[in-house]
Amino acid sequence: MAVFVPSSIEAALAMLRDDPDAHLLAGGTDLMVEVNFGHRRPESVIALRALAELRPIVYDPAASIVRIGAGATWTALLDEPIASLVPALAEAARTVGSPQIRNAGTLGGNLATCSPAGDGLPVLSALDATVELVSAAGGRAVSIHEFMVGVKRTARRPDELITAVTIPVLEGFQGYAKVGVRNAMVISAAGACLAVDRLGRNVRLALGAVGPTILRADPAEAFAAEAIDWSAGTLAPGAAEEFGRLAATTARPIDDHRATAAYRRHAVGVLATRLLRRAFPA
Amino acid sequence: MNEQYVLRVNGSERSVTDAWLGESLLYVLRERLGLPGAKGACEQGECGSCSVLVDGALVCSCLVLAASAIGADITTVEGLPGADAGLTTVQQAFVDEGAVQCGFCTPGLIVAVHDLLERNPSPTELEVREALSGNLCRCTGYGRILAAVEAAARAGVQA
Amino acid sequence: MTSAVDVVNRPRTGRNRIGDSAQRPDGVPKVQGRFAFSSDLWADGMLWGMALRSPHAHARIRRVDVSAAWRIPGVEVVLTADDVPGMPTYGLISQDQPVFARDVVRYVGEPVAADHPETCRRALAAIVVEYEPLPVLSDPEMAIAGGHPPIHPDGNVLRHQRILHGDPDATGVVTVEGTYEIGMQDQAFLGLEAALALPDPGGAGIELYIATQWLHEDRKQIAACLGLPEEKVRLVLGGVGGAFGGREDISLQVHTCLLALRTARPVKMQYSREESFVGHVHRHPAQIWMRHHADADGTIVKIETRMVFDGGAYASTSSAVLVNAITHAQGPYRCPNAVVDGWAVRTNNPPCGAMRGFGVVQACFAHERQMDKLAAAVGLQPVEVRLRNAMRTGDLLITGQPVESVAPVERCIRETAAIPLPPALAEDCDVMAIPGGAGRTADRTHIRRGVGWGVSIKNIMYSEGFDDYSTARCRLADGVVTLHFATAEVGQGFVTIAGQIARTILGVDDVLLEPMDTRIGSAGSTSASRQTWMSGGAVDAACRKVRERLFEHVAAGWHVDPVRLAIIDDAVVDTVEPLRRIGVVEATAGVTFEETVEYHHRPTEDLDENGQGRCHVAFAFVAHRAVVDVDPELGLVKVVQVATAQDVGVALNPLSVLGQIEGGIAQGLGLAVMEELIITDGRIRNASFTDYLLPTFLDAPVVDAVFVEEPDPQAPLGAKGVGEPPCISVTPAIVNAIVAAVGRSIDRTPVRPPDLCL
Repeated sequence: MAVFVPSSIEAALAMLRDDPDAHLLAGGTDLMVEVNFGHRRPESVIALRALAELRPIVYDPAASIVRIGAGATWTALLDEPIASLVPALAEAARTVGSPQIRNAGTLGGNLATCSPAGDGLPVLSALDATVELVSAAGGRAVSIHEFMVGVKRTARRPDELITAVTIPVLEGFQGYAKVGVRNAMVISAAGACLAVDRLGRNVRLALGAVGPTILRADPAEAFAAEAIDWSAGTLAPGAAEEFGRLAATTARPIDDHRATAAYRRHAVGVLATRLLRRAFPA
Repeated sequence: MNEQYVLRVNGSERSVTDAWLGESLLYVLRERLGLPGAKGACEQGECGSCSVLVDGALVCSCLVLAASAIGADITTVEGLPGADAGLTTVQQAFVDEGAVQCGFCTPGLIVAVHDLLERNPSPTELEVREALSGNLCRCTGYGRILAAVEAAARAGVQA
Repeated sequence: MTSAVDVVNRPRTGRNRIGDSAQRPDGVPKVQGRFAFSSDLWADGMLWGMALRSPHAHARIRRVDVSAAWRIPGVEVVLTADDVPGMPTYGLISQDQPVFARDVVRYVGEPVAADHPETCRRALAAIVVEYEPLPVLSDPEMAIAGGHPPIHPDGNVLRHQRILHGDPDATGVVTVEGTYEIGMQDQAFLGLEAALALPDPGGAGIELYIATQWLHEDRKQIAACLGLPEEKVRLVLGGVGGAFGGREDISLQVHTCLLALRTARPVKMQYSREESFVGHVHRHPAQIWMRHHADADGTIVKIETRMVFDGGAYASTSSAVLVNAITHAQGPYRCPNAVVDGWAVRTNNPPCGAMRGFGVVQACFAHERQMDKLAAAVGLQPVEVRLRNAMRTGDLLITGQPVESVAPVERCIRETAAIPLPPALAEDCDVMAIPGGAGRTADRTHIRRGVGWGVSIKNIMYSEGFDDYSTARCRLADGVVTLHFATAEVGQGFVTIAGQIARTILGVDDVLLEPMDTRIGSAGSTSASRQTWMSGGAVDAACRKVRERLFEHVAAGWHVDPVRLAIIDDAVVDTVEPLRRIGVVEATAGVTFEETVEYHHRPTEDLDENGQGRCHVAFAFVAHRAVVDVDPELGLVKVVQVATAQDVGVALNPLSVLGQIEGGIAQGLGLAVMEELIITDGRIRNASFTDYLLPTFLDAPVVDAVFVEEPDPQAPLGAKGVGEPPCISVTPAIVNAIVAAVGRSIDRTPVRPPDLCL
């Protein structure tokens, strides 16, 4: 086994070009578990921890976009500027693992692993984020919706490095909620991110841990756009419940040892209802 | 095997020789560098017993690939500031307040509490609970640990 | 009423005598990371061992081929069932569990072949075992009904025991009943199983450093399997990272010794968390049907119950766990008539045995859910119905045994009730204070609060005729006491109170502890809340004997009768002429007194066929009141406060007692709302800390505790064991609180979110 610790993105890309089977190691919170348990014995590992270029968080007010380096840790996402610009992402960050995990785990790692229960992913989905990928041959930007292909499957090619995520900064409420059986350090049994785009007069709802990958609740979104009085900023009576019901119908959950499909469906509906009420308090 | 690299642990350069490069920092600290203070209880970042500081960040050493930590400043419970001259304020508070039973989670908690109090010298009870929620303890139910953190905060951490 | 925190915070004398919150002697090395847990041990030339485990719950072994493993460079030895020189099986009560499976595997994770160092994993992968899967017996009722062929030569029923007491046909005007399910809990001690074996030259004997609860019982079983006389097998306690019952059975001990003897090199084995989950016994899952008959005023007339405990593949302590469960079916309440039917059965599920509470946890869950149902049926408050039936000293148990222990049940309940309730959730509370925590699942308005009660009785020490004595040696020389005992310190703090006892009785400050090992007689197991009583009793008696010798020595010099002497303020004083005194340090200069004592509790009896007999030694009691916040729509729970008053006899070390109370409550909370090993077809589906959830700092409640201190005249120091009671009735207290909050009856634990909202 070989371990490389490149000091520049270029160097990392060159290594990836020469050895596309190399495993990329960011925070280690997924890969190292597999190595420790002998489930995976990588021939070579490219560790990204020395790549300071992957960590900056930059806000472009003119474009209303925030660009987050793939190497930004959850701890970095808890605070400003993310807490103000993308509050749902800061909320999601607070639910990730423990302080130790948040100090190590990165947004890029969350994307690369692409677990249906990944806490950052519903936020990126709801906000129509764009994933920036670079290889030695050049870069490309991929919509989050195309990036996430299935359970732990993404559009990343083996020679590509996720360098950043760009997220439109919206005006309006946004929130993330996640159900787990423990009050901390728990994997999502159902999660939801709701984002209101007041200027665009739409509502986005992305569901986590209730399908092979993150699901956008299109029927619920369409319903909400109509049920909201955008000029008054109010919600029609009963609309939040209907929104939740529609969200639950979008879910395609499975039974496993963490939760039953029925509970996941139920829970994600409740979360959707509550998030919409938070967005439009009576 | 037969790989060699150098880690900076508790201020000293330490050679790691004949290592398999898949080893975690936890394994290397314990089995190769004679620093058994970090404990392994899950090897998947779910218990906090192996907590150390890497470049000032509290992390689970089981999830750090040791060979990737070249150039980083690694601090273990054995190398906390003040630990060479007897007990730190936090360690003394753990002893005084009955925060130790079997003691297996203790070194990881000591490192985590140092990290907490350095960032937040007078945390609220909820802040303590959240900051230490990644450190499982099976013996104490956390009550005396909370008391110890409060006592250490009152006494002021000697950083 | 004095709260435990007040007691703990009493001004400390600094003398570390009985009643002080003395500091642990191992506290400093533990906070420094220098304390040597068994997993920290290391020896020159050491090899590593690992075991290959069965992927099947039940299968015939067709063929084992270890030749490929032998060929891997670095592999020193590969052992199979053919390599066990002595007894091929072990077990605490009945020796039915093989060291290595031969012919048949009976649960997922059974050791099949052991081998060695860092190449271990690759070697394990190279071992070929051909299995022929056999039908899996996973339903305990099937084992009872006899509908499955025996999965073990000893049959599928581990024990069947009835209790018939009073008038079995008695009835009450009110009846309440339910069928209760208790999930399989794991001890989940943090310090994984680990051992280091050092072979004697020529393989004549072996020394084993081991994290265990009972050195001498381990030695007995290990020696038998190794085919060595016991004196050739020396055990030393390696640092123990928690136990809670899960280290009472053999796990890797025999494998480690076999590997060391065969290679003539030191061998270390340690389990991973996943292997730990399959490598030690668990708390029995149980199904309990229970019916109470009562008068219209709520006075209990009769209890009927049928209890079924799933023992898994091997016997372990199942028969004793069952007896504990059925003999505690009545709870801490008077009950003149009883019809009890108890079963412990063998299945291909993971083996179950001892865990803190030992059968009483399961029984208590049932009787405390029942008490709430009874309260509702007769129109009483939950507290009132419990007070109405509260047991007192002298009452007869359903086994016919009188409760001779101090039984302050009523006082425990009243003092718990007097503890103030916590404030309501603040308007602006942080999300971390609400069920769901950082998940931001709920707002304050979604939350309902509930209050629930649980009260329990727990036997302490072993039962049914077992003489679980303890041995201690005390040496006093030059003003320094040296104590030697084999009492396993697993975190509970016996090492602290042993020193306190010696200082108090002998009037000295300096106490040294010898390593806990088998050079001295057995101390029995660190279990059954017994070490304070038993090993405390042994240390107390040994110190008293040394004191007699000291008095004789001093009295001879003074030419007085030794009965006139006493130790006052660390000096030997002639009580008749109190000015005649000599400091203990001075009096012992250049002389040595040494005494070794075995302490035995009073004998107990077996149960007869109707479950009658004085089978237990003594009892302790506790009350719990839980306050929970519940999000009924999502089924999420946060336990806000647990108030408790516990019958402790005397708090020898208040800080240690409080630590036991808070820690036990957290484990009981785990069983109430999150901890369960999920088994499908004999396979554990959540054998990791990602999926077997332990309470975190954010899940643990505020504990407001009161010590009920009524010294027990039977107990050597007046002190009862305090380890188990805290984790027993807190589970039903929390579940009863959840039921109160959501208004839906829940008869299983742990409570899962869908149980509340679907």
